[in-house]
Amino acid sequence: MNFDLSLVTESIPKMLAGIGITFQLMALSAVLGLILAVILLLMRISGKWYLSWPAQVHIYIFRGTPILVQIFIIYYGLPQFEFIRDSVFWPILREPFGCAILALTLNTGAYVSEILRGGVLGVDHGILEAGSALGLSARQKFIYLTTPIAARLALPAYSNDFISLMKATSLASTITLMDMTGIARTIVAQTFAPYEVFISLAIIYMILTWIIQKTFGRIEKYLSRYVNP
Amino acid sequence: MTNSPSDALIQMINVDKFFGSFQALTKINLEVKRGEKIVICGPSGSGKSTLIRCINRLEEHNAGRIIIDGKELTDQVKDIDAVRREVGMVFQSFNLFPHMTIVKNLMLAQQLVRKIPKAEAHKTAMHFLERVKIPDQADKYPVQLSGGQQQRVAIARALCMKPEIILFDEPTSALDPEMINEVLEVMTDLAREGMTMICVTHEMGFARSVADRVIFMDVGQIVEEADPEEFFNNPKSERTKAFLSQILTH
Repeated sequence: MNFDLSLVTESIPKMLAGIGITFQLMALSAVLGLILAVILLLMRISGKWYLSWPAQVHIYIFRGTPILVQIFIIYYGLPQFEFIRDSVFWPILREPFGCAILALTLNTGAYVSEILRGGVLGVDHGILEAGSALGLSARQKFIYLTTPIAARLALPAYSNDFISLMKATSLASTITLMDMTGIARTIVAQTFAPYEVFISLAIIYMILTWIIQKTFGRIEKYLSRYVNP
Repeated sequence: MTNSPSDALIQMINVDKFFGSFQALTKINLEVKRGEKIVICGPSGSGKSTLIRCINRLEEHNAGRIIIDGKELTDQVKDIDAVRREVGMVFQSFNLFPHMTIVKNLMLAQQLVRKIPKAEAHKTAMHFLERVKIPDQADKYPVQLSGGQQQRVAIARALCMKPEIILFDEPTSALDPEMINEVLEVMTDLAREGMTMICVTHEMGFARSVADRVIFMDVGQIVEEADPEEFFNNPKSERTKAFLSQILTH
């Protein structure tokens, strides 16, 4: 078979037209997912069963099922219910974009909350005792001691999840969204050249991953300034 | 000198402490007067650390009463906070906040707990860093300091809160031998200035020169309590004798 380089140079600009959607999906669900993750984390470590259990159930469900299935359930499943069609959320859930954001947020929130929990559990107990001995309240210890130290501990795992999230945005193309993958599929349908088009697409994703890795590397270096000064 | 309870800064009355079914402290009775220096020694697992950790509620006692400067330690968060403001603590493993510079380590609790403005907290921090002779390390991170320096910072951090009492939990046990003296020197200075101190330590030279009373503990009980002269030269209990012969022959 032939590898048609001109197809690559033609299709890349077209696919890049979808990078905005990819970026929006990634950024919005990363921010919302992080907020959800912190809420789930606080629920889990609250020590109250009626907060901890729902958080654990959420984490179990969203880590235990494929993200693609979650997207399908939200996109195809939720509109079946009348109370959802009547709710204030309908304008969002009616759109594939809103459904994709919701699925990605719920999914990444579950993973990230476990990553954050690992960071929180990794904080040296002696440091917290020193805080107690100095009279810091539980809330002050959490804000000034646990959070900054746990953030550093959790960052490498978090950056991995962030990359997974970026790649998972491509699944939004299955519910008609025209992100980069969605555009690639359209081009393939027109040109019957899956090889050239999808390889070009893969290269774009790899470049994005590289940028994310470099960015997190810098953040990590900053947060670790007190470990290797 | 009178012996009324009112001049006791710390009172422990029949204190018991359990970890699950293991009894860590049994019927501890201890009174410490303002300005007194107490050294607690004993084999590992004898309950020394548990005893002083009960004084600032890092461990909860299960029975008996603990009264610090007239305030009894109960389940009330308010009482615990009030006591912790009066009681400083220095740990074996220093426990500095690794993500903050030295001077920030000293300022944090002043600002959050005592509500002292930043500039004043900084001034107090620098004052105590000079007292422990390392003002030049103020802007470094803990990991950049030697063990001895870190422990001196930890002492300065406790002093910044102007506590009535300082508890020392084996402050020199994690140090390289050549760094032990610089920490003991700071502690000795503090003792001279009249700070009330309870030290869990095996530094018998320090005990001899500084302590008003030495307490020997074994299996969660206070076995013997005497002034250092008496304690080292004329121990009464067999267990104390055995312990002293162990550590003094080295």
